Parts: sequence; C-alpha cells; structure tokens
Amino acid sequence: MSVFVLRRVLTLLATLVGASVIIFLVLDALPGNAAQMLMGADASADAVRALTVKLGLDQPLAVRYLQWIKGLVVGDLGNSYVYGTPVGSLIAERLVLTIPLAIMSMLITVTLALSAGIYTAANHNKLGDVGVMSLTQIGIALPNFWFAILLVLLFAVRLQWLSAGGFAGWEDGIWPGVKSLLLPSISLAVVQAAILARVTRSAVLEVLREDFVRTARAKGLGKREVLWSHVLRNAMIPVMTVMGLQFANLLAGTIVIENVFYLPGLGRLIFQSIANRDLIVVRNCVMLLAAMVVIVNFVVDVLYAFIDPRIKVHDL
Amino acid sequence: MADPATMPLIAVENLGVRLNTSRGPAQAVRGVSFALKRGETLGLVGESGCGKSVTALSLMGLLPDSAVVTGSIKLDGRELARLPDADYCGLRGNRISMIFQEPMTALNPMHTIGHQVAEPLRRHKKYSAGQARTEAIALLDRVGLPDPAKRIDAYPHQFSGGQRQRVTIAMALACEPDLLIADEPTTALDVTIQGQILDLIADLVEERGMSMILISHDLGVIAENVQRMMVMYGGTVVESGPTDEVFRRMGHPYTQGLFRARPKLGARKGTRLTTISGTVPELADLPAGCAFSERCPLVEDKCRAALPPMVEVGPAHVVRCVRTDVSMAAKVGALSA
Repeated sequence: MSVFVLRRVLTLLATLVGASVIIFLVLDALPGNAAQMLMGADASADAVRALTVKLGLDQPLAVRYLQWIKGLVVGDLGNSYVYGTPVGSLIAERLVLTIPLAIMSMLITVTLALSAGIYTAANHNKLGDVGVMSLTQIGIALPNFWFAILLVLLFAVRLQWLSAGGFAGWEDGIWPGVKSLLLPSISLAVVQAAILARVTRSAVLEVLREDFVRTARAKGLGKREVLWSHVLRNAMIPVMTVMGLQFANLLAGTIVIENVFYLPGLGRLIFQSIANRDLIVVRNCVMLLAAMVVIVNFVVDVLYAFIDPRIKVHDL
Repeated sequence: MADPATMPLIAVENLGVRLNTSRGPAQAVRGVSFALKRGETLGLVGESGCGKSVTALSLMGLLPDSAVVTGSIKLDGRELARLPDADYCGLRGNRISMIFQEPMTALNPMHTIGHQVAEPLRRHKKYSAGQARTEAIALLDRVGLPDPAKRIDAYPHQFSGGQRQRVTIAMALACEPDLLIADEPTTALDVTIQGQILDLIADLVEERGMSMILISHDLGVIAENVQRMMVMYGGTVVESGPTDEVFRRMGHPYTQGLFRARPKLGARKGTRLTTISGTVPELADLPAGCAFSERCPLVEDKCRAALPPMVEVGPAHVVRCVRTDVSMAAKVGALSA
C-alpha cells in the first residue's frame, strides 16, 4: 500500500473521530430529557430519575462518549430508548432500503450528468447545448420534494404506472423493490444531475482547449476519438470531486424524500427518532451518515491516483 | 497532368483566413502564396500575431470551425482547403505532421508516451498493438530518447522539456510524412537544448527527404535551417526568397527592422536593445494599405492607399514594398529606427 493511501486512511480516521465528537456534543446539548420524554409529561420525578440512571444518562459526558465509541468499535450500539430493540438491527433493516436508493439515484445522476455534459461540450454553443443547459438551469432550481410530488401526480395518479409511496421489499425479487424506489431516486437525482452535468460540461470544455487535444488532432484522430480517448479521462478529476461532495447532499435528500414517499429507510428513521427524542438512535444514524460521506470521499481520493498517473508518483 | 517530379508537394495559392475573434472578424492571413517541392525547406518569420501559425494550422486543417478559408492549398495536386474533416484526418499525422511549440503541454498527461507515439501508427498504418510498440521504441531511439525500451511506459511528467520535444518529434515522424511543419519547436526550451533539437530535426528532414516548414521568430534559427524564407507581417507575406539572398539584401523595411532588433553579443552593457517603433496592429483593424505603414520609416501616402504589389528584386526574391529603391539602397542599419 502506498504512502498516498496510508495518509488518506489516517485523515479518514481523524475525520471520523472529529465527527463523532461533534455529533455527541451537539446531541447532548439538545434541549429535552430523553428519560422525561419516554415516561410522558406526568411521570413522577423519582421514576424519571430512575430511568435516567438506568439509561446511563447520569454519567459524566466523557464516560458516556467513551462508552459510545467502545460500543461502535465492538459493534454494540445499545438499545433504542423508544423501541427497546438493538439500534444496530434497527439501522440494518432500514439500510436495506436506503443503500439501494442511494445507489440508484447516484447511478441515475451519473448517467444523466455525463451524457448531458459530454453532449453539450461536444456541441458547444449549438442549439442542443443551449437547450440542455437551459434544462439543467431549471433542474438546479427545482426543490426535490416538489419535483417528487409532480412525479407522483404524473406517474402514480394520472398514468398509474407506479405506486405513490411505500416500499415493496426485496422478498418478491428485485423488480418490485426497484420499482418502488424508482420515483424517489429520480427525484433525488434530478437536481444533482443538473449540477453535475454543468460541471462535466465545463470540465470537458476546459480540457478541449488543452494543447494535447490539438496534438491528438494533428495525429489524425477525429473529434470524437479525441473526446473519448484523450479528453474524458482528463476531465474526470473535477467531475469525481463534485460527485463525492454530492453524495452527502444525496444522503441529506433521502431524509426528505423518504418522508414524501413513505419509505421506511434510514432518513425516515432519523426523522422519527428526532421527533421521539430517541437520541441514541439519532446519534448512531448521524454517525453512520457521516462515515458514509467520509468513506465515499476517501474512495474518490484513491480513484484520483488510478486515473491520474501524476498523483501516484509523487507519493510513492 | 504535371510531371510528379517537378510538381510541387504543396502549393498554396492566395490563401486567406478569416477568424472570428472577440473583437469581431479578423483577416488573419491575406493573399499568402508559396510552393514547396519535395525535400525543400521553408522558413516563416514574423512577430506574434503576424499569421504564421494560422497559415500552418490552415495547412493542417486545424483552424477553429468558425474560421473561413479562401484560396487554395494543394497537396500533390489535391485540393485541401475546405476538405471535410473526416478526409483530412487521413492526411494529418500521415502525410502532413506538425510539431508544436510547447512540449510541456503538447502531450496528454494521462497516457504513456509509448501509447501516444503508437497512436498515429495504429490509426494510419493499421499496426497491431505489438507492431506499433516495437516501431515506437525504434522511433524514440531514433530521436535520441535514452533507454526507450524501458521508458516507453513512462508518463510525460517523468521527462524533461527537451525529452518531451523529442517524443513529439517521434510522434510527428511516426508515419513518415511528406511535409513536416515545426511551429516554434525550440522556443520553450533551454538554449543548450535548442541546438540539439534543431540539429535532430535537420538530420531527420535530410534522412527522410521530407519537406519542412519551420516557423520561428528567431532569425538565427531561420538562417541556419531553411533554404527559403518568408517574412510575414499583419497576415501578409512582406518578403520572400532564398534565405541567404534575403539576409544579404533585405528588401523590406520590416525585415530590416527585425534584423536590427536582434540582441547582439558583445554589445556594451547598458545599451538598449533596438526595437521597431510602434506596436503590431490588431488584425481586426489593419490599415487599408501596407500593414507596416504605421511603423515604417519610409512611409509615403501611396503606401497607405492600397496594399503594395510584390516587386521582384532578385532571383526568386520578392518584396511587398513600393519603396524598395530607397530601402535597398540605404541598406541595413542606415535607416533610423
């Protein structure tokens, strides 16, 4: 393993520790006592105190933090205050929905964005370019939940091709599950794709102005060949950077979209747990989201080195 | 049909190029004509923006889509001006090749040099990957890249500027072109490397019997490397002829100005470099007559009225000036800058 990867792994761990401290402190600073919340407004003070002790909420901050981290490391996330079931399995059953949703919307984003971005760059300042770029301008301005509702009105209410909400699960095969995630992932993808398409277009246009593109043309390669074999790989670096950043937006978007479509995913779990002051669930869910974002950006960093030979050599 | 032995390899007739710039349309090249036989070498001299690179790019068919080309460019009698790009692709890198000014940016940083040298071979000669690789090693060896068999899989950033220029030369020569266009091939290099690269190009031109168009703003480079030269100013050829003839007699006030503006060895410390007064005119608003009239010490009213005709002042030596009687009598140095 190269020094490059090792250094990135250390950065990754440091970022995760930092994120855990912030998450812990912020949630601890939230108003509202979890024990009081669970017992109801008219519970006796003694009973609330007893539950506080039982949940370990009377311990000093540092002790509670270290206990949580220890639990994260050994895989014991504790029990939900509200459901009493292990937080780990609670999250796991939600991820079955949210991970495929995230992957599907990322795939849709990348497919739409790359094809639109490359097409518009190759037809710079022509009618197609102007048309597609105007569409992306609209796409950027769309709130995803509003677009989600429009999609529901069209495909679920008017055309009745897809259901307006709910999740079919994976028990009956892949298609019913994918079908119920189709509208949510499209609504998540549209805004992201519009942004990424513009990034792709400007990245490709910038590379097209490079000297080596002219050199490649001088060898007798056609415009299309130059685009595919010389331009795209060079343009991928900024595109991937933005993709990594967008992944965080996408996860944040699932919280809203899962609520619009009544999907029992991670986003909805977070939303409900916040409403219930089920802080142990919230804390672990947010930590998981943070970890996913950090890891995706780590993967992007490592991919740079695969795409661009200049990065590897510097750090070997 | 003309006899192929005497027919020029490349014949340019009344070439004009109009570019769309941010300041409006600009006539970057006007009425450029020349012919080059097989094995002949031609130099193009002039300041930045005089149209020498645009002339080269129009021979390569690599002008921007918005450029309008008029006149004729014939390669072995075949018309190239306004040739569809797909047809041009078969010629570029195959029969006409080009070496560019900036070796640091002319290579794709993401591909190995072996891949980039092999590309024209695979494209034009339909070589297999293995054949192209063997040939690429041989080419890199010929251009003097040390240890080519080992370094063929290295990336451009692992080479120095001079080595990269050797790689681009190998690339340009891969398919043994008939015409090599070298656009300021040594401008971006160290002085010590410049000589080596120019010698290499000269050797290769000689060895393969190629024709060459060498573009430079360096009169020294032109004097040593080409048989004929053309001086360009404001998109037109102002003087053209055999290199030694042009250097010996210098008909155009601009050529004389260029010559005087050379930095000289042995000049006293603190001496200011001689310059041509004024600035290069914008191509978008060239004067109606002689493009040099605004800066010319010999200017008269008739210079501004219309573009002066080419005047023959010696064997194959022509000058676009109406005042050659004065300029050539005065000789170099006699004119005040």
